[in-house]
Amino acid sequence: MFVYFLKKLIVVLPTFFGVTLVAFVFIRTLPGDPVMLMAGERGMSEERHVELMAEMGFDKPILVQYGVYLKQLAGGNFGTSIITKQPVLKEFTALFPATVELSLCAMLIAVFFGLPAGMIAATRRGSAFDHSVMTAALTGYSMPIFWWGLLLIIFFSGILGWTPVSGRVSLLYFFEPVTGFMLIDSLLSGQAGAFSSAVSHLILPAIVLGTIPLAVIARQTRSAMLEVLSEDYVRTARAKGLGPMRVIGLHALRNAMIPVITVIGLQVGVLFAGAILTETIFSWPGIGKWMVDSIFRRDYPAVQGGLLLIAAIVMIVNLVVDLLYGLINPQIRHTD
Amino acid sequence: MSEISIQEVVDNRPTGFRAVLSEFWSYFSENRGAVVGLIFFIGVVLIAVFADFIAPHAPNQQYREALLQPPFWQAGGDIKFPLGTDAIGRDMLSRLIHGSQYSLFIGCIVVSLSLAAGVILGLLAGFFRGRVDTFIMRIMDIVLAFPSLLLALVLVAVLGPSLINAMIAIAIVQQPHYVRLTRAAVMTEMTKDYVTAARVIGIRSLRLMFVTILPNCMAPLIVQAALSFSTAILDAAALGFLGMGAQPPTPEWGTMLAEAREFILRAWWVVTFPGVAILTTVLAINMMGDGLRDALDPKLKRS
Amino acid sequence: MGCVTPSIQNSNVPKRAMPLLEIDNLSVTFQTAGGLFTAVDRVSLHIEPGEIVSIVGESGSGKSVAMLALMGLLPWTAGVTADVLRFDSQDLTTITKPQLRKIIGSQMAMIFQEPMTSLNPCFTVGFQLTETLKIHLGMNRAEQKRRAIELLELVGIPEPEKRLSAYPHQLSGGMNQRVMIAIAISCNPRLLIADEPTTALDVTIQAQILDLLLKLQKEKGMSLVLITHDMGVVAETAERVFVQYAGQQVEQQSVKGLFVSPHHPYTQALLNSLPERSHSRILPSIAGIVPGQFDKPRGCLFSPRCHYVTDLCREKPPIAGPVEFGYALCHYPLAEGVPTNYPEEVRA
Repeated sequence: MFVYFLKKLIVVLPTFFGVTLVAFVFIRTLPGDPVMLMAGERGMSEERHVELMAEMGFDKPILVQYGVYLKQLAGGNFGTSIITKQPVLKEFTALFPATVELSLCAMLIAVFFGLPAGMIAATRRGSAFDHSVMTAALTGYSMPIFWWGLLLIIFFSGILGWTPVSGRVSLLYFFEPVTGFMLIDSLLSGQAGAFSSAVSHLILPAIVLGTIPLAVIARQTRSAMLEVLSEDYVRTARAKGLGPMRVIGLHALRNAMIPVITVIGLQVGVLFAGAILTETIFSWPGIGKWMVDSIFRRDYPAVQGGLLLIAAIVMIVNLVVDLLYGLINPQIRHTD
Repeated sequence: MSEISIQEVVDNRPTGFRAVLSEFWSYFSENRGAVVGLIFFIGVVLIAVFADFIAPHAPNQQYREALLQPPFWQAGGDIKFPLGTDAIGRDMLSRLIHGSQYSLFIGCIVVSLSLAAGVILGLLAGFFRGRVDTFIMRIMDIVLAFPSLLLALVLVAVLGPSLINAMIAIAIVQQPHYVRLTRAAVMTEMTKDYVTAARVIGIRSLRLMFVTILPNCMAPLIVQAALSFSTAILDAAALGFLGMGAQPPTPEWGTMLAEAREFILRAWWVVTFPGVAILTTVLAINMMGDGLRDALDPKLKRS
Repeated sequence: MGCVTPSIQNSNVPKRAMPLLEIDNLSVTFQTAGGLFTAVDRVSLHIEPGEIVSIVGESGSGKSVAMLALMGLLPWTAGVTADVLRFDSQDLTTITKPQLRKIIGSQMAMIFQEPMTSLNPCFTVGFQLTETLKIHLGMNRAEQKRRAIELLELVGIPEPEKRLSAYPHQLSGGMNQRVMIAIAISCNPRLLIADEPTTALDVTIQAQILDLLLKLQKEKGMSLVLITHDMGVVAETAERVFVQYAGQQVEQQSVKGLFVSPHHPYTQALLNSLPERSHSRILPSIAGIVPGQFDKPRGCLFSPRCHYVTDLCREKPPIAGPVEFGYALCHYPLAEGVPTNYPEEVRA
């Protein structure tokens, strides 16, 4: 198991360096040099320009600059925002819980509905339920979620007036962030109605963000389950006289989960991509919206740092998923 | 001693391309959704090709007297603008019809770019293995480490927002999938006897790669092409929606949605129809892709 | 046993009031894309307590499907019909699913062909072994463990205590099959169905597993149904043999009688293809393959491959012969290796 983990790590580390290289190259390939970019429209004198270039180390050879960049990263310095003059890492960590909260809820919705739907569809292959689940899943998979979000806003906020259109909690409530998770903070604040306000703000974005993972999980669970149900050991389990709950819910599901876990892990990247759109639509103050805003504000250090941090998080999550995969699949656990 | 008589078994099933095609069709048509998807897709292609003849108005023609006019069946609607007009009086239906051209164009370009690049890189990696393989696959790992839309967004930010740059960015983001697929297929094919035989008779590497091996790896690539065609349309629309894809006044569906956003609670039609167009087109292609996979995937093929 | 259909009253086994298993006219059909496919066609089988019977046939002859149908293990797409389906005087045709689940795995157990895939890769041997003990016998943990070790010892697995925490992929095929046997006999079943239990194993292991099955059968006094395509296995183990071809039962006999004087041309051909019985330099084989869904002959199903085929065989399906001909499903059942009532003109 430990060797398995090391092997995975050995593959991930060079990829991480590659990612830092991409982030580094990103700011260098922008038209104009970094100092001119930061100066923006105003421009600056030639002397000041040279001075700043030297000050920031941009006059050194490119490899040295990359080395300096890596050293900064190692020290936790992910650059400084041009607009807010704040360290990128600080901005990122301030907004990150909002995105995590949204993504977790989206994932919960996706797993909570996708897993049983796929399981039942597989056990009743060819039934009307199977067909409707698969049609719904393919529709969800094909959904332009930015439009889906707008549609839900029209219906639930516009026509029914049930949910707010944007933000994380009503402005009536104010409390200091403790955990950064609005659902928990609102409860901790003890203010009446704060929690339900947080929920009503969260529910639509979470549904929108969870739609594609839900569809993917339902499809994957169904196909994995179908494959497993035709395996000999499922027949053995039935031949032992075990009930359907035990056969499907234990013997089959445990094996079907192996590919499904992988797919759930891969959805983390999908969630981040989706968060960009979802947070923009619902004005959700998370890193997805922050990235888009930074791109539009030409806050390139912020984009650079955000890109790197998001990629690193996706890689870490995938590594954890690989470990989980090893834990639930004994054939991997025992290979060393 | 018993005599052994050898009876010649004559296989009189039809052969050649038509037989392959008819076998493919028999598998494909088993999946009803796939056929529906195909018909719908052909419909979209026809609409795109004959957009100038079908569309009642020019896509960017503004009718100042009819701003945000609802569809014809609603009060205040007019059959002159069947699906209503947008905020500056352009006919929604005509814009949607012309938008199909952009979506199909995006899909075709992105798929061709990423397919070509991905297949060549995948062939190189799978054929030569060793360092070439490690190098190519590491780069692909790096590209895949980023969430696809985020990387595309950043790439467009570097290249400058336009439809062409959006397509290039999406193609870059998508091609690792082709590389992986091609590489995996090539590696399985390489162990087969016909490749060994071809090597023995001294076929040059280039010919071996492209003429001998590649045609046998096509099945998963075709399926992936169908699926990434739909992803390309979705991602391009998303970029357009974020203002990083096609720029107004292009009647691209995602861009239309972005322009319509501020009228979301006032004029449902300007938001609803472009989305329906994206959803149905992407859904049709995905249904087709599922059918293609059933028909082409030898693993699932019943003997 | 007042059945209309030919029932098996073997002279070797003393007649008892109630056979352990009674199957009359069991048919299994599958609805496929190409129409209805009959996998098992009116098969009958009576088994006395403590008896060993064998079902022989090529792959695709429906021998496993018939037994899976008995156990209720076929997918819901299968259509199972039978005049009589009775185990230990319980009618299995009307039984509810939960009631059937109480019987299978405890009273009636089955082991399968592929030991490497028949055990769940995600659970330990111990978990899979104690599962039946918990469900059918309601044992507590300590009892389960004690019994599991006892069972593993019984099936000849060394260091049973250590093996309990092993996963199937850590054991060999032979070991896994022993585990499967241990699971099957865990609740002291009265009937054990072994579906080609040795086919997937090494030759050296095959004999060991067979010996183990026979030993357990004797010790526990259970009935054993051995499904196989290997005539050699039949000769070594069984008392009575059922020969099955393309879903139909073509002959049933005592083992001795079968090897001395087969009554159906198919049985004869099967026996002739045994290396030990071959007299020629080239091992005879049965030309052709078992007919599938789309090439079922109109008359006798064996007619396309039969030595003695006549126009009658091609036109008209045969009916089962009398008991002295082993109920052979043939127009010209063999006696002493020669077809009876065979038309003169063909012989000439």
